Amino acid sequence: MNEVTKLTAKDWASDQEVRWCPGCGDYAVLKAVQRTMPELAESLEKTVFISGIGCSSRFPYYMASYGFHTIHGRAAAIATGVKLANPELDVWIITGDGDALSIGGNHTMHLLRRNLDCQLLLFNNEIYGLTKGQYSPTSRIGTRSPSTPFGSVDRPALPAAFALGAGARFIARGIDVNKKLTDVLKAGHAHRGAAFIEIYQNCIVYNDEVFAPFTDRKVASEKQLWLEAGEKMLFADGEKGIAYDASTNALKVVSGDSEEVLVHDPKNRSMALMLAEMPADIFPVALGILYEDPAPTFDSAVVEQNRSVAEGKNADLQALVAKGQSWQVTKEPREV
Amino acid sequence: MVAATHTLHGDEDLAQSEAVVVRFAGDSGDGMQLTGGQFTLSTALAGNDLATFPDFPAEIRAPQGTTFGVSAFQINFGSAAIETAGDQPDVLVAMNPAALKVNVEALREGGLIIADSGEFSKRNLAKAGYEVNPLEDGSLARWQLLAFDISARTLEAVKDFGLSNKEALRSKNMWTLGLALWMFDRDRQPIIDWLKTKFAKKPEIAEANIAALNAGHAYGETAEIGGHVKQQHIAPAPAEPGLYRTVTGAESLAVGLVAGARLAGLPMFFGSYPITPASPLLHHLSRLKEFGITTFQAEDEIAAICAALGASYAGSLGVTSSSGPGIALKTEAIGLAVMTELPLVIVNSQRGGPSTGLPTKTEQSDLYQAVYGRNGDAPLPVIAAASPADAFDCAIEACRIATRYMTPVMLLTDGYIANAAEPWKVPDMGEYAEFPVEFATAPEGDFTVKPYARNEDGARPWIKPGTPGLEHRIGGIEKAPETGDIDYSPKAHSLMTAQRAEKIANVADSIPDQDVCLGENGGKLAIVGWGSTFGPIHQAVRRARKQGMDVAHIHIRHIWPFPKNLGDLLRSYDRIIVPEMNMGQLKTMLRDQFLVDAQPLNKVSGQPFRIAELEKAIVEALS
Repeated sequence: MNEVTKLTAKDWASDQEVRWCPGCGDYAVLKAVQRTMPELAESLEKTVFISGIGCSSRFPYYMASYGFHTIHGRAAAIATGVKLANPELDVWIITGDGDALSIGGNHTMHLLRRNLDCQLLLFNNEIYGLTKGQYSPTSRIGTRSPSTPFGSVDRPALPAAFALGAGARFIARGIDVNKKLTDVLKAGHAHRGAAFIEIYQNCIVYNDEVFAPFTDRKVASEKQLWLEAGEKMLFADGEKGIAYDASTNALKVVSGDSEEVLVHDPKNRSMALMLAEMPADIFPVALGILYEDPAPTFDSAVVEQNRSVAEGKNADLQALVAKGQSWQVTKEPREV
Repeated sequence: MVAATHTLHGDEDLAQSEAVVVRFAGDSGDGMQLTGGQFTLSTALAGNDLATFPDFPAEIRAPQGTTFGVSAFQINFGSAAIETAGDQPDVLVAMNPAALKVNVEALREGGLIIADSGEFSKRNLAKAGYEVNPLEDGSLARWQLLAFDISARTLEAVKDFGLSNKEALRSKNMWTLGLALWMFDRDRQPIIDWLKTKFAKKPEIAEANIAALNAGHAYGETAEIGGHVKQQHIAPAPAEPGLYRTVTGAESLAVGLVAGARLAGLPMFFGSYPITPASPLLHHLSRLKEFGITTFQAEDEIAAICAALGASYAGSLGVTSSSGPGIALKTEAIGLAVMTELPLVIVNSQRGGPSTGLPTKTEQSDLYQAVYGRNGDAPLPVIAAASPADAFDCAIEACRIATRYMTPVMLLTDGYIANAAEPWKVPDMGEYAEFPVEFATAPEGDFTVKPYARNEDGARPWIKPGTPGLEHRIGGIEKAPETGDIDYSPKAHSLMTAQRAEKIANVADSIPDQDVCLGENGGKLAIVGWGSTFGPIHQAVRRARKQGMDVAHIHIRHIWPFPKNLGDLLRSYDRIIVPEMNMGQLKTMLRDQFLVDAQPLNKVSGQPFRIAELEKAIVEALS
């Protein structure tokens, strides 16, 4: 919805002092959300931001709507209860790579497979910031951190592939400082169901420039593939494109004017996986909406079943307590 | 067929006694819980007071014929008040050698064994660890024995229905039930009605079961047994006039929670994850959608409580339920509920612990966990149900406290209460006071939103998201008084910790004084209990008092905070004994809170106390 509302980005900002490190990518995401919200909601009261624990999870305190800063990894579970109790609410989950994929991985998986109508913003900085710099489940092999002084040895999780595997029906990627993030947020909000939005977010203190190989202005064009539904998959100012190599059942980079360049179909689930997994050395990073194929939401299914099962039944509490085979005692009690 | 070697009743004629204890025991696939449940129903309909004790293995289908696969159901019924499932069975129905082996030692001397000799094959005897057949070697001479081939008689009874041998033998339990119904002069019709409903889609199975039931009954009636067994009639027990039904703790808890939500004027959200013995609550509630109940089987225990808490935040009455290991997983979220001050009811159907412990056996060892088991100073109200019927009122009380004081409340029950059945006088819902919740709304004019302002109870307002003008943020991090803004200064933490504790202490202002449920206020000895030990304590104290002993029974429902008069009440007795199915948790709490010399009496065998054990303790304490 693009109605003109009275609210501005400023109205969506709370009176609380923002306490992230100077230069943190979270500021840019906060600004993007505050700037976008006036286009998505006419008033503050029906919006709830729910977060877990971590740097990004302080986010709800800085929004002027309702907010719940919960416990580590559990935002998705709490959001599920909030949405089922009041499906009218616009629920946003704010989480990080540790919160959503490590301690809360189970809840993330089930939120996505159930398809709760909400937006899940995963701030991926590939590091644990709030606990002072340990490696995270998205850190690349060899990441040196206080807990891995000789480099991490375990393979990282790929958030978009995880989401796809869990059954998510909307998967998108954005970059903290890239202005296209607002488009991604709007699309996620417009999607009915769980919108999984991974935001590459720079941690200036513990993992600075970890995404520079594709976010740096000098390489951005060459290393970023912004997907648009119905448009060709072009990058490097249109000079290069993505094509499908049937002989290897994989993607390949071709010249931008080649007829082989693919047109993005967000409903193509197999393609979404290939786009999510494109190796960083040869390929650009797929950004924007990788996958969108709406399906009935969990909350609407619950509401519908509650309604249809209850229909025509009398919620008679007295009858409920007396249910089953009963008998009448008539005589007066005697002393035992 | 092995002939019975004794007359049934010997010197102590069961027909003269006011109460009888019958234990049905068989393989876990033999349908003993079903048999017991139906016998319970017929007993209740006959007007006897009763108590039951289902005792089944953790394995769904343990290897057939083994001792660890034995499932038993005990019922105590009579013409006087019954509060326990009975110490020693008078009658043991043993469907195989393993059932005999596991249960016979509990049988009263001179009691009756009814055994299915058809199952006492060499193979089954070996599985149960018998070298020779106990039905034939005289080793059961202390008891009366009635052994005959129930299997063969069942096959004969159902032969016209064209069932396979295996299917036909499944009706053995109904044959046995028919015999038991005859023995105690019970009406078969309610069971026949029940079978017809249960097998509505398989009428031939219903008819076969009914035929088996009738055959068992006819077997007793036509004196095929040879006059050894006399039919007996146990007169109805006296009871307050009114409408009665049988109820298990899980059923009464479910309807109690529904009633609690209704009295609060709220929809209920029930988040749960399957665990023994708590799952029946989820099963019952999931069928009651017309009462405004949303049930959610979560991905794990943590999600179950978190979703319930989220629902409370959004304005529903959040309820979650589990047993000890699941409660352990929920602990961090309980802390969040304490910290954010949101209403939440947490039901713990306790089982033997620690860890996986004894999933199907009962214990009361989660009291410390309930009262103290969280990080930080995190007090919350704790209530314990004493019986299946009592669980109804406790559930309502938990909802009342949770919503009035904006706090999580722990409601303790246990595997025994959850599964046991007892007659219940159907409550008149018109007699229950409503406690409607008022959600906060924005006042006129300029104001500051104060989600952590407090009323005279110390409770904060409940502000639903969606309420215009009251937008605010809450969380698990320490906050400033009134505004709830992040504030972990020493001053804010000290103040908020004190406010949270004071609010919970204030709960004592709205709960009744502790009563003495049997005996006088003050005296030589008080037996102080909580939870499902109510029955055996009550009976033991009653018996001791009949013998002239100065002993009283105090049973505590409100465990945190304690009733205000409890300290003075305890100090009015010379001695205090606290029987518990744990290593002495309430005992330690009473010592800590009141500096009284509470003495423990502990039992951690997974079985409820026997009346005789408690009677012995009373006699010893007073001699």
